[in-house]
Amino acid sequence: MKLITAILKPFKLDDVKSSLQALGVNGMTVSEASGFGRQRGHTEVYRGAEYTVDLVPKVRLEVIVDDADVESVVGAIVKAANTGSIGDGKVWVTSIEQIVRVRTGERGTEAI
Amino acid sequence: MDVVLNSGDTAWVLASSALVLLMTPGLAFFYGGMVRTKSVLNMMMMSFITIGIVSVLWVAYGYNWAFGSSADSPWIGGWGLSGLGSAVESFTNNGGIYPIPTLVFSSFQLMFAIITPALISGAIADRTKFTSWAIFVAVWASLVYFPVAHWVFDFGDKVGEKLIGVGYLAGKGVLDFAGGTAVHINAGAAGLALALILGKRHGWRRDPMRPHSLPLVLLGSGLLWFGWFGFNAGSALGANGLAGLALINTQVATGAALIGWLLVEKIRDGHATSLGAASGAVAGLVAVTPACAFVAPWAAVVLGFIAGIVCALAVGLKYKFGFDDSLDVVGVHLVGGIWGCLSIGFFATKSVNSIGGTGLLYGGGLDLLKTQAFGAFFVLAYSFIATLIIGFIINKTIGFRVSQEAEITGIDLAEHRETAYELFNSSRGGTTV
Repeated sequence: MKLITAILKPFKLDDVKSSLQALGVNGMTVSEASGFGRQRGHTEVYRGAEYTVDLVPKVRLEVIVDDADVESVVGAIVKAANTGSIGDGKVWVTSIEQIVRVRTGERGTEAI
Repeated sequence: MDVVLNSGDTAWVLASSALVLLMTPGLAFFYGGMVRTKSVLNMMMMSFITIGIVSVLWVAYGYNWAFGSSADSPWIGGWGLSGLGSAVESFTNNGGIYPIPTLVFSSFQLMFAIITPALISGAIADRTKFTSWAIFVAVWASLVYFPVAHWVFDFGDKVGEKLIGVGYLAGKGVLDFAGGTAVHINAGAAGLALALILGKRHGWRRDPMRPHSLPLVLLGSGLLWFGWFGFNAGSALGANGLAGLALINTQVATGAALIGWLLVEKIRDGHATSLGAASGAVAGLVAVTPACAFVAPWAAVVLGFIAGIVCALAVGLKYKFGFDDSLDVVGVHLVGGIWGCLSIGFFATKSVNSIGGTGLLYGGGLDLLKTQAFGAFFVLAYSFIATLIIGFIINKTIGFRVSQEAEITGIDLAEHRETAYELFNSSRGGTTV
């Protein structure tokens, strides 16, 4: 069982979501995030005074999948989120020790 | 010859009073949008408390100090209480030239007395102790606004054939139709003084202090623009051609100033911004205020356009000189007000207003320009010095600033126990009754 976390450009969320749904992924968590990577921030000008905005708005998407599905899900996210320009985000995979479904108490892969 | 009461004139000034009142909530939105999320309520409350305080003072003694005639003095209308109850049946004042009841004139002038101190609050955003601000408003309105309004706006009361109690600057022939000196230079100079007394915000020029809601700023500038028709055209104190001239001049100068400000931004920064549009409009409104019934509409376009350019450049001065006039009261109101007063010395013509003047461009020479410069400087100097003294005393006794902790965590919560927005659902909690 793996947790796939992806940081995406907000306007790409819909594309990523539909391609994962097409793959049969049946759950995900999305939250608003902000941060920077190589893209750094951008500048804004108010009455002539320039401000640097370091933290750029992003969305953070989290999906839990069975080990066998990791490659296809990661591939689908990367394909759907790619614009080719700087600031497209990152995807990483971490191992999960245990999962419990709160309603039934099922554990492990049953609970995905 | 005394004029008789006229219902049309009275109706217009009554409506104008309501229009001018709306400018203060408009200002609250204009300023509120420009501060950060954590201080928007405090910013807006500084305007709202001013409405409360000045209204009460006006009945108590403000009207008498500004527009009474018992003192027969160029410096003050009259000492003592106004009450205003005895004025129900009286009409015509200021020399008996306005065909409206005294109470209507008084209501209209009250709204000016309200917005002027409120304008100052933009210079000291995010850091002002609320009770100290409230005390400042009461003292400043009493010692600065009421007398200055007398100097500028009081053309005397007619007793027999004699005019008594003509204000100092009005008597000198300074032309200020709706308050370039008494309102804008006055508030701008006071804003500069308070910004110096209170000092800079923590993190000024280091932390981003971006406007948290530009739509609120645009809403505020729209309300100001709307209300300003009462401010300027209402100052004709009658429903007549002069009011029409003031109205059209107000409109075209503001449009031109908006364009002027945006052109500066487009050329200098590469982008025309929404904050620039809102600011340019207000700069134009400020500049045309003293001039609106003394110049022809073509001149209003020129003076407005110049105002937009000059004020767009002037808001950068605070970074050069290092004072934190947070929302540019100096760059917009002081600079715009001075330009508006001086512009009369160039553009005024008696062909549009026989009781006006003749400026340089109409062959009037430098006399009017000199008179205008004197009036502008006189109010600037008095307001700046008086405000420094009032601000210094408040700062030394009860303190004018909130604690550093309150300022950093947010003045809304510290001073008002409220926050403007629910930013996280998790901030919900239980209630105790």
